[in-house]
Amino acid sequence: MTILGFMIPLSLAMGLCALGTFFWTMRSGQYEDMDGAANRILIDEDAP
Amino acid sequence: MNAITPPPPVPVETALDTAPSIDSRFTVPGIRCAGCIGKIERGLGLVPGVASARVNLSAKRVAVSHAETLDAETLIEELRKLGFEAERAADNPLARDDVETKRLIRALAVAGFGMMNIMLFSVSVWSGTDAVTRGMFHWISALIGIPVVVYSGRPFFASAWMALKYRRTNMDVPISIGVILATGMSLYETLAGGEHAYFDGAVMLLFFLLAGRTLDAMMRGRARSGIAALLGRMGRGAQVIGEDGTARYVEADKLRPGMTMLVAAGEALAADGEVVEGRTTIDTAMLTGESAPRPAVPGDLVHAGTINLGNPVRVRVTAAAQDTAIADIARLMDEAGQSRSRYVRVADRAARLYAPAVHTLAFLSFCSWLIAGASVYKALTIATAVLIITCPCALGLAVPAAQVVAAGALMRRGLLIKDGSALERLAEADEVLLDKTGTLTLGEPRPVTLAMLGPRSRAIALGLAQASRHPLSRGLAHALRGEGVEPAAVELVREAAGSGMIGRCDGAEVALLRPEVETDTLAVDLLVDGTRTRITFADSLRPDVTETLAALKAQGLTAAIASGDRVEAVGGVARKLGLFATAAMRPADKLALLERRAALGHKVLMVGDGLNDGPALAGAHVSLAPGGASDVSQQAADGVFVGERLMPVATAVKVARATMRVVRQNFAMAVGYNVLAVPLAILGHVTPLVAALAMSGSSLLVVGNSLRLARAAGKEAQ
Repeated sequence: MTILGFMIPLSLAMGLCALGTFFWTMRSGQYEDMDGAANRILIDEDAP
Repeated sequence: MNAITPPPPVPVETALDTAPSIDSRFTVPGIRCAGCIGKIERGLGLVPGVASARVNLSAKRVAVSHAETLDAETLIEELRKLGFEAERAADNPLARDDVETKRLIRALAVAGFGMMNIMLFSVSVWSGTDAVTRGMFHWISALIGIPVVVYSGRPFFASAWMALKYRRTNMDVPISIGVILATGMSLYETLAGGEHAYFDGAVMLLFFLLAGRTLDAMMRGRARSGIAALLGRMGRGAQVIGEDGTARYVEADKLRPGMTMLVAAGEALAADGEVVEGRTTIDTAMLTGESAPRPAVPGDLVHAGTINLGNPVRVRVTAAAQDTAIADIARLMDEAGQSRSRYVRVADRAARLYAPAVHTLAFLSFCSWLIAGASVYKALTIATAVLIITCPCALGLAVPAAQVVAAGALMRRGLLIKDGSALERLAEADEVLLDKTGTLTLGEPRPVTLAMLGPRSRAIALGLAQASRHPLSRGLAHALRGEGVEPAAVELVREAAGSGMIGRCDGAEVALLRPEVETDTLAVDLLVDGTRTRITFADSLRPDVTETLAALKAQGLTAAIASGDRVEAVGGVARKLGLFATAAMRPADKLALLERRAALGHKVLMVGDGLNDGPALAGAHVSLAPGGASDVSQQAADGVFVGERLMPVATAVKVARATMRVVRQNFAMAVGYNVLAVPLAILGHVTPLVAALAMSGSSLLVVGNSLRLARAAGKEAQ
């Protein structure tokens, strides 16, 4: 059962990491323009 | 635009050392692909004074940060040169709602995190553990659950507190009491080493309810007043000629009656006045709904917000700022909009019945168990179980889930609905009142036929027309581009005020000229190689008007026309369509007509586009505006449909009614499940496992039922 003492904190930490990442992506406006983000990869960046 | 300054390669730096930059936003419906993004961002970046341009493809918007010296009109012109029609959008109308939605999404994310983690422990407990492990798992659940409830429950607690403060009750009161009681009871159980903890139930409840609340918030579009946009229509200022004959620029709110304004061609008037010198034509379509530009000669009254199309004129101000006709419209809109805010949404109506019933039920079971001899602890546990089971998990999702699915389906069909209540009101509409210019018709003159023009003439006509902002030129350019004509290289194009566009092509003079003799119809003469060709224009009806009216009639909506245009112009359309029509209506008349119909118990759907429709759009039971409408109307309306077809109006009513049917089914399911589960809870048979199953089961059922709408709406519109 001692393995639980290790696994539970680990699973919680992973969950918190994901939550933190989601907050970060939201704050930095990554959901503002989903279609745009998908299309911008196609723009040539040869302009200075 | 002068080319003295070379285009700045790194835009951000120029923003720092030039005048403070301001942000403008434009709606550009034509943005479709990566190419458009690149073209606009690069193209606008090269315009002197533009610090940066950022395209939002999802919202079809461009945000431009630019020097104050550069005005929005110039930027719209630059966008047009890049090949995109643009409209000025109100300054970040989404800002306030954005904050609200983001807060809900964060609360939802936290609740989701808590729910999943607590559920891991709950499943272990349910599948049978010894008392020590169960105790530990309960403690961990409490450790996760309590902070999550505190954080994610805030939107509900705050709203419930507000309601209680004003001695009212809403859906959030039973939710808050249920969640707090469940958490408190579970904490007690955990401390006492008891068998059942409801942390998972409390957090799951919050998660599902937040999901519903977030969907609802995402539907809520921009603020709908549109009054600021209306006043923005008015020219911001004017050149005023002083007594010594010199002109100086005066802001619109500093203009006084008696001043003389010099109004250049293409300029919007900043005040009402009387023409004292010069002859011109005035575009009053947005203000009055008149389709043809009106000639203005000395002695004629002209209004703020209208646009001078022809020659420069001198206008003596008769009314300025708050006394102008346009300010009157703004006041009307303000008053009309207030009546709308009294509408009570279906979810709130349900809550008014539901909340007291739930409280009474929980309280009665608490008392009955006490009387039956149970301990306070046991009675409280059962009352909590009743509250959790009855908590309107599925009820909270019943309305927003259906509305979001319907709004999404409508959006793919070219109709943008601003909020859920609009769908509810749309479903109730039993009459439809249509504006003529720009609603039944396309709102801009289009050439009746282009058959008489050869390929060379067409190319030259486009080359000339695209350089002008005159409605006839724009209509001609639109029609020619639609036929795939490439513009000819016309040099030295200039707009000869009052007569037309003149330029040179292949060494010969070419021109688009006003016909030499006055005609009843709108027309221009194309002059190529010395021959004049007459192109006549008409404001044609939208292609599917008849079908749309038939579809509306089939749904039991009686249609009528309410137009600000002249009697003759309206009469023709009305006879053709077989509709009852009222012409020459002022904005106040339209509003009064709506109020008369409302007093008779009718729920009127108003469809209109002009500034003059603003008060009617704001005051009608529900309203729609075409995408080409003024920004004022788009903001005042509940929905906007894009494209040249009118059919989205009929589709919207159909889908709205289907949505309400699904909402009613959802309510029936949620209530039906309560009828089954509540007796179990009252008898004390509900364990955390039963609560979790019931809650998620009913929510899934409701969401699944709502998803059917996507298919139904898709089929409907085909």
